[in-house]
Amino acid sequence: MNPNARIPPRWTSLDASRVALPMPSTPAFVWSVTNGFLEWFGDLGLFAWQVMRAAVRRPFEGRELIRQIDEIGSKSLPLVALAGAAIGAVLSLESRSSLVRFGAKSMLPAALVYSIIHETGPIVTGLVVSGRVGAGIGAELGSMKVTEQIDAIEASGVNPYKFLAFTRIVACILMLPLLTLAGDFCGVLFGWVAETLVEPVSFLRFINQGFAGASFSDFLAPTLRTAFFGLIIGMIGCFQGMRTKGGTAGVGFSATSSVVLSSLFVILADVILVKFILVFFS
Amino acid sequence: MMQPEQASLLAGEESAAPRAIESAGGKSDGPAVILRGLHKSFGSQIVLDGIDLTVENGETLAVLGRSGTGKSVLLKLIIGLQKPDSGSICIHGQEITILHLDALNEIRKKMGFLFQQAALYDSLSVEQNVAFPLTRHTNMTEPEQRDRVRELLAEVGMEGDLKKMPSDLSGGMQKRVGLARALALDPGILLLDEPTAGLDPITSGEIDELILKLQEEHDMASIVVTHDLQSAKTIADRLALLQQGKVQIEGSFEELEKSGNAFVAEFMKRDS
Repeated sequence: MNPNARIPPRWTSLDASRVALPMPSTPAFVWSVTNGFLEWFGDLGLFAWQVMRAAVRRPFEGRELIRQIDEIGSKSLPLVALAGAAIGAVLSLESRSSLVRFGAKSMLPAALVYSIIHETGPIVTGLVVSGRVGAGIGAELGSMKVTEQIDAIEASGVNPYKFLAFTRIVACILMLPLLTLAGDFCGVLFGWVAETLVEPVSFLRFINQGFAGASFSDFLAPTLRTAFFGLIIGMIGCFQGMRTKGGTAGVGFSATSSVVLSSLFVILADVILVKFILVFFS
Repeated sequence: MMQPEQASLLAGEESAAPRAIESAGGKSDGPAVILRGLHKSFGSQIVLDGIDLTVENGETLAVLGRSGTGKSVLLKLIIGLQKPDSGSICIHGQEITILHLDALNEIRKKMGFLFQQAALYDSLSVEQNVAFPLTRHTNMTEPEQRDRVRELLAEVGMEGDLKKMPSDLSGGMQKRVGLARALALDPGILLLDEPTAGLDPITSGEIDELILKLQEEHDMASIVVTHDLQSAKTIADRLALLQQGKVQIEGSFEELEKSGNAFVAEFMKRDS
């Protein structure tokens, strides 16, 4: 060993203040973020256009659509049912103590049913599905992108926008309202179970009281609203997945960003659509 | 000058697409692939800087070069996965750079592509992977498709692995299944991206022999992108060496050996 050998100096965190990092100015940072945001929307618009163009051309990929309906619909059912049941039970227990305090205990079934059908059921279903399906689509398509499977589909003369994206988006649009109805049913059922454990009441009486003032339009608009949630979840999941770059880190980013963005847009759409429904359906 | 048929395809007439296959996708008397003045850049990085190449029917051309010289990009341009910045790509006499998607897909059906990592669909079994082009582009009944898939898998020595998933296969086996899938529609042109990359020498030799056998049986024009000079020597009729986005030299293996070109000599020395 050379006795004159010198260990090269190493930077530590204490030296960080000595390192001059190029920090972007505030206007440059704001411009960069705004530019990235607008670019993302522009790319999403182009992607939606490609999917719509592919959708009107034959063949219609019916077999793949059925596979996706099974994947997105029936495999999400247990989670949506569980979430609906939990929300129903919690709502029942929480509402009960408030209503008892104001002497309106008899209003519990109606308050529960109205709350679940109008808001809690649709938004909980939307968020649960955006978590499960959004992540699944983002990761699956992202993985296909980085392993050149999407290129292989295109090279074999099949349009990936139709085969991969359109089928998943349509499956999401069709399945969200049905999953919402299942979630609503479990919510009302377990709301009754929670109420019965505190003060026994027959299921028939609970249902009669709950649906006494409800009409078909109370179901229709909030449930169909979730078809729009399905469009958001499917579109963002496919878009983020099919634009994946890099290796496994890129796939992870696509999965995470699919969930974050689809949940965010589901909540935003919920706010806008609630106002829309109040104006046009009340 | 643009032919009337090309003009109608550009205009997006759906009815023009089947005619395009008859005249373009099928084998013709002229060369299978003609590339003229092909340029491709990614940002400021020039990858292909005026490529001119011709591949005749039944001929195998090996494209060699260092990593990052645009060999794989060249194949993706030929099958239309990427668009060139300028230049012309003629497949059996049909200019494909101006075609709309439907007509391009008709041309793609006449080409088979083996990807570097095989790119098998990992949610489908071996049988479903090979059947994928058949279910979409032929009117075969299910029993006919099954028979065709078995026949193709037997050709590549994978007939016993029908129900296996891609994740259960080794690299060499995945390449074999990828080859079977590429041959499913009996293409006139086969594009192979690094068919022996990542394989041990014995498996590489087996894949080379398999490619030779398939070329003899199917009489296809093939373009093979590879780093492996031994593999290129075995399977190719002609070699083209890419450097700095251009074809540095092309010819038979012997012609390249005798050329005295410094880059060729260096390439051969490193590989030997």
